[in-house]
Amino acid sequence: MAKIRPDYENSWWPRFLRWLESGSSALDDALLDELSSTAEEHLVEGAANASTREAHDEERRLLSIRDEKLLYDRIHRWAHSKGSRIIRWLYRITAVAICVGIIILLLNTAANLPPFGSPDNPVNNEVSQRYIEQGMQETGAVNIVAGMILDYRAFDTLGESNVLFIAACAVIILMRLPSSPDSKPTTEQLEAEADDRMYEPKNDMILQHQANFLVPLILLFGIYVIMNGHISPGGGFSGGAIMGAGLILYLNAFGFRKTERFFTFTTFRIVSLCALSFYAVSKAYSFFTGANHLDSIITTGTPGMLFSAGLIPYLNIAVGLVVCCTMYAFYTLFRKGDM
Amino acid sequence: MDILGVILLAFVICCAISVSMTKNLLTALVIFMSQSLAMSIIWILLESPDLAITEAAVGAGITSLLLFVTLKKIHAIDFQKKEGQPHGKDQA
Repeated sequence: MAKIRPDYENSWWPRFLRWLESGSSALDDALLDELSSTAEEHLVEGAANASTREAHDEERRLLSIRDEKLLYDRIHRWAHSKGSRIIRWLYRITAVAICVGIIILLLNTAANLPPFGSPDNPVNNEVSQRYIEQGMQETGAVNIVAGMILDYRAFDTLGESNVLFIAACAVIILMRLPSSPDSKPTTEQLEAEADDRMYEPKNDMILQHQANFLVPLILLFGIYVIMNGHISPGGGFSGGAIMGAGLILYLNAFGFRKTERFFTFTTFRIVSLCALSFYAVSKAYSFFTGANHLDSIITTGTPGMLFSAGLIPYLNIAVGLVVCCTMYAFYTLFRKGDM
Repeated sequence: MDILGVILLAFVICCAISVSMTKNLLTALVIFMSQSLAMSIIWILLESPDLAITEAAVGAGITSLLLFVTLKKIHAIDFQKKEGQPHGKDQA
């Protein structure tokens, strides 16, 4: 057990805490010390010459106030006349210098890049050659990009999905309003909702009719892009973003009450967790069996079919779900701090 | 095809400069969206349709939406309040 020092109040840690709490300047601290010391003297000497003491204290207080005012004036005169001009010039010169420096650096880098499309470029090595020549045979994906990012480089894509999930977590930490334990909306939540209702016009006929027509098409296109990720251009990320945009349009047209029927915070949690863990587990299985040349029960199938290319369509679905949920969660959290 | 690429690249550069020159944040956002769309056409010309789809969905769609909501959050779009009658007043 730590020994409590008698001068604990004057050691650096409590002083730091006091400074942190009150935010007082050093001048105030000095003033405080002075006042407390005079008070002690006052106690010791008794009440005999109390009036003179008080007059003395008053004088010193006025003096210190005048000192402070002088200091304040001096600082502010400097800041308003000479200082501001110096700082403004310094600011401009630094800004121009940094801009010119970055421009020179970037132009120099761009000038030293290998020429576009040249066969001797460092990107044209045996790795990309193998991807192009044997990618379809090995992964079963007609779209080489999908075969690359979800089979050869699947670990990178897992990292990217997790980065997105972590970004969503950070937004939740920053933007989500705390809810009360007894599931009643707190005043903050009610205020946010009222603010949201004021700024976002609802029951807009034009927007609702547009959304009635467009939202199913957008969602269908998103599903198409995700499901055909291994056959045609697209994939989990772009398809998920399209679906998220469709959901946001639906939310804008019909309001939170309609979307809350199928998408709440619990939905977001469950979908993200299931998709990410499915991705991790299936890729672990694929790496273990594929990388060790063991026989996997998941075959590549016929290239070009919808259910082919091994795990790639399922991984695309998982990535798409995570991206869709994250985009929608970003939007709702920014709007009213909840889903 | 080549002329179209040059025109689009010039458009992208113009947009990039005018975004930094614009005083109004809302205008800057709309210019940013159009820059993103032109960029997605450039990706198609460069024969990478994957990137084009992603650029159109993320760059022109989601990012701009999030920036719009951020502008609302920091009260940069306050013109409705100044008029004294906020929208959506008639609903329950």
